[in-house]
Amino acid sequence: MDWHLDKNRPLCPQIEEQLCVSIATGEIKPSDRLPSVRELAVSASVNPNTVQKALESLEQKGLLSSVRGSGWFVSPQPQKAKEIVNQLIHARTGTYLEAMRLYGCDREEIIRIVKEWTP
Amino acid sequence: MSELLRCEDLCKCYGHLVALDHINLTVESGKIIGLLGPNGSGKTTLIKLLNGLLTPSAGHITVCGDEPGVQTKKAVAYLPDTVFLGGNMTVRQTVNLFDDFFDDFRPSLAYEMLNRLNIDPNARLKTLSKGNKEKVSLILTMSRNARLYVLDEPIAGVDPATRDYIISTILNNYNPEASVIISTHLIADIEQALDEVIFIKNGHIVMQKSVDEIRTENNKSVDELFREVFKW
Repeated sequence: MDWHLDKNRPLCPQIEEQLCVSIATGEIKPSDRLPSVRELAVSASVNPNTVQKALESLEQKGLLSSVRGSGWFVSPQPQKAKEIVNQLIHARTGTYLEAMRLYGCDREEIIRIVKEWTP
Repeated sequence: MSELLRCEDLCKCYGHLVALDHINLTVESGKIIGLLGPNGSGKTTLIKLLNGLLTPSAGHITVCGDEPGVQTKKAVAYLPDTVFLGGNMTVRQTVNLFDDFFDDFRPSLAYEMLNRLNIDPNARLKTLSKGNKEKVSLILTMSRNARLYVLDEPIAGVDPATRDYIISTILNNYNPEASVIISTHLIADIEQALDEVIFIKNGHIVMQKSVDEIRTENNKSVDELFREVFKW
């Protein structure tokens, strides 16, 4: 897995978010077994306790389940992950639009810029 | 979780110079901890005290419940900040030396890491570059199955690719029963791997905090916070 982590923000929620996206996009398949905490920690060069916390939080949200002795498994229902990612998309879009409004852009201009950036 | 290190009102003076001034500190198992501070702040003094190389001027220090001594040296894998192996020895001889000395030493792990870093076991230490000598010392230290790893400036002299390898070695070796204390001033390279940091300045503990707490409270990386706390 490729990780994009920003050191200025807490790492745990970022790991949570990226795992959630991987589940939602199907990069990690429903019912799959995740790599071990140690393997995830090494691949992201982060502390194993940080990974553990992120996995526990995703378990609470119903995206993962832990099976004692055999590791972490992705929930068979990816719907929940898609919902969370959808919320993230809307939240980011909201902050973006808010900033554009502050810069004096109207709706048409924003649409024009987005089209320019995504040919 | 068990307590691996405890300092109570720990002081160390060199003549008139107070190197450590009433340090209170505990370190639990299952953590990777950065001991951070500028040059001359007391990092190495603290590390030498916990390895029994210095004796406290006042106060107490215990490692796994015992005062530093033969018993605690079995539990602590210590990487000093200076060269501690004879230059005429071959790398293989240093592996054998560690194997003789420490019950918990794992020679197969040492050879595996030497191989990964392209270090010839038959080379004499004096023929190795500074960085490669440091790698050998670190490999020997990390090949022990200790309770507490104490690494004094482990990444200062090596190239960035090796730095990454060292960090992944530390993470790979992670064991919930053990802890790792890493003293360094190269924070940016290592901060993602840390649970907790201890900031030390002029012999005082300025802060002991979890790394994610620092990022949440300050909205900045540990490296940036360090630069602020220790600004001249």
